[in-house]
Amino acid sequence: MNAEQNKLLQVQNLKKYFPVSRQLFSSQRRYVKAVDDVSFDVLEGETLGLVGETGCGKTTVARTILQLYRPTSGQVLFDGVDLASLQENDLRKMRSRMQMIFQDPYASLNPRMTVGAIIAAPLDVHTQLNQKEKRERVQELLKLVGLNPDFVNRYPHEFSGGQRQRIGIARALALNPDLVICDEPISSLDVSIQAQVVNLLEELQNRLGLTYIFVAHDLSMVRHISDRMVVMYLGKVMELADRNEIYLHPLHPYTRALMSAVPIPDPDKARNRKRIILKGDIPSPLNPPQGCNFNTRCPIAAERCFQEDPEYREISPNHWVACHFA
Amino acid sequence: MEPLMRISELHTRFHTQDGTVNAVNGISYAMQPGEVLGVVGESGCGKSVHALSILRLIQIPPGEIDAREIWFGGRDLLKLNDGDIRKVRGREIAMVFQDPMSSLNPVYTVGFQISEALMLHKNMNKQQARERALELLNLVGIPEARKRLDNYPHQFSGGMRQRAMIAMALSCEPKLLIADEPTTALDVTIQAQIIELVVRLQQELGMAVMWITHDLGIVAEMAENINVMYAGFIIERGKAHEIYHQTRHPYTLGLLGSLPRIDEAPGTKLISIPGLPPDLIGLPQGCPFFARCAFREERCRLERPVLEEAGSTGHTVACWRWQEIDAETLRKAVGGAQ
Repeated sequence: MNAEQNKLLQVQNLKKYFPVSRQLFSSQRRYVKAVDDVSFDVLEGETLGLVGETGCGKTTVARTILQLYRPTSGQVLFDGVDLASLQENDLRKMRSRMQMIFQDPYASLNPRMTVGAIIAAPLDVHTQLNQKEKRERVQELLKLVGLNPDFVNRYPHEFSGGQRQRIGIARALALNPDLVICDEPISSLDVSIQAQVVNLLEELQNRLGLTYIFVAHDLSMVRHISDRMVVMYLGKVMELADRNEIYLHPLHPYTRALMSAVPIPDPDKARNRKRIILKGDIPSPLNPPQGCNFNTRCPIAAERCFQEDPEYREISPNHWVACHFA
Repeated sequence: MEPLMRISELHTRFHTQDGTVNAVNGISYAMQPGEVLGVVGESGCGKSVHALSILRLIQIPPGEIDAREIWFGGRDLLKLNDGDIRKVRGREIAMVFQDPMSSLNPVYTVGFQISEALMLHKNMNKQQARERALELLNLVGIPEARKRLDNYPHQFSGGMRQRAMIAMALSCEPKLLIADEPTTALDVTIQAQIIELVVRLQQELGMAVMWITHDLGIVAEMAENINVMYAGFIIERGKAHEIYHQTRHPYTLGLLGSLPRIDEAPGTKLISIPGLPPDLIGLPQGCPFFARCAFREERCRLERPVLEEAGSTGHTVACWRWQEIDAETLRKAVGGAQ
C-alpha cells in the first residue's frame, strides 16, 4: 500500500442494525446487527476485497456505503463528504460517482427493457445528453465491455450469464464513476466465464483508473483481484491486510481456517497440507455470542474470549486484527 | 478385478419442442470397487444427467437413455424392470444432491426420513430403524443426535441438512455413493467439513464415491481418477496427478488456468476460455470444443476426436493435437502471459 495514495472512501465505525419483529409478550425490540462497528479506508485506484461467509455482513456493508441502506450510526466519507449526513438531493448527485455491479445478472436487468435502455438509464437520470449522444455512449460502452455494439435493441433474455454481467458492468460505467462496488459479480457464473469477467474488470480498472470494492466469498478469487483484503465474520472485521501479508501471515484464527478451507487444484499439495476444520456452524446473527463473535468455533478460544470483545487494532503497519491472541 | 460399474456408450437425449437436446453423447468408463471418481465440468456438460441416467432417474419421455450397457453388480441396469431398479436406488447406489433443502421433505422429521429407506430396503421395524437412524446421525457428526431425530429439516442449518442427506444415503450401506455437487450451496468452512466427512466415511466403509463438481479444486484432494466432461463428452480422463500435471486437453488446461490459486503469488492474469459452450441441440460435426479452442485446425472442425491413450496407461484424451499441447503453449496461444 502506498501512503501517498488518496483515501477515496473512509468507513468509520459503521453500524447497520435491522429491527426484527417483536415477539409476543416481549416489550424488547430485537435487532440483527448486520454490520457492527466496521472501519476501513479505500484508496484511490486500489481494489479492496471484502470476504466472508454467509451472513457476515459483507453485502450490507457494500449497500450501506452507497446509502442504499441508511446506516444506524457511523460515517461514510466519500472524498471527504459524509454521505450519511447528505439529504436525498445532494446524495443523488454523489451517486453518479459510485456505482454497483450486482450478483445475479438475471435479476438485476429489467427483462422488459432493451440493453440500450438499460445502459442508458443512468444517463437519463444524471445527464442532459440528447438521444443521439446517448446512443453513441451506449455503443461505446458495449464495445468497452466486449459486446457487439449492434446489440442495443436486444433484450436481456437473449444473452448468457457472462454477457449479462457485461451489460451490468457497462451500466455501472456509464457515468464514469470513481468507485465501483462489485457485489459477488461472478459467483453465479461458470468457472471459465468467471475468468473472462475478472479479466475484464482488471482491464477496465487499468484503463479507466477505477477504484473497486470487490465483495465475494471466494477467497482465492478475492486474493487474485484485490490489493488489500478485509475478512468479515458476523458483522465485524476480523482482519485487514495486504493480500500477500494476509496470506503469508494470517493472524486471526478465522482467517487461518478460511485460508486452509480453500481447495487447491493440485493433488500433491492438496493432499499434503494440514487443514484446519472448524467445528459447528456460524451462529445466528440475531443471537451472536458474548465476547468475541468467533468464540463458538475458535480453536484457540480461552476464558477471556467469552467475556471481552477483542479490540480491532493495528498490530503492524497496515495490518489490522481483532483477536486477543494475535 | 471385476469392475463395480461399467458404462458403455451412454447417450442421454431429451426430445423437446425446439429439437433433440444431446445431453450425454456416448460416454464409456468403468469404476472399481472403493474407487473415488471425480466428474468435473461446467453447467450443461452432462455430468449430472449422466449420473441420473445410471439410476434411470430421467423422465421418459421427453428423455431417452440409450446405451450398450450400464453394468453394475453383475447385471445391466438398463434391462431391469421398474421394481428391480427401485431396489438398486438407495440400497446399492445412493445419491446426495446439491440442494439439501429441496431434497428433504419439509413435513417429515429427519429421523423418519432416514428410517424410511431402512424399513423399505432392510425390512427393519420402526424401532430398529430409529435406532439405526440415530447411529447414522452420530456417524455423520450431528451433535445431540437423539434430540435431532425429531427435528424437521427447517430446524437444521445448511451443513447439517447435507450431513442428514449423507446419513440417509449411507443408511443401506451402498456400494456406490453419487455426490452431485453436495457442497456448492455451502460456505467454504462448511464445505471443508463435508469433504472431510465423506473422505473419512469412504475409507471406513470402503464404498466407491463419484463426486460431481464444477470445481477442479475440490476433487484434487480426494479423487483417484477424474473424468473431465464437456458438451456431453468425456474429453479427458486419467489419474488425478495426470489431469493436473500432465494435462493434455485444451479445455482442461483452460479450466485450470481460469482458477485463481490461493497458494500462488497473485499477479498473473487468468487464462479465460473465450466464448460459450455449444448448443446441445444440433452439436457441431467436429470437436465440440472447436469454437473456443486456441489450437483448432481444419481437421477439428470436420472430424470429432475420440478418446485415445496419451502417454501413460489409463490417461486418455479426445483431441487431435494433444501431443503439441501443454500449459506453456496455451498461455502463449491465448496471450495470457502478459
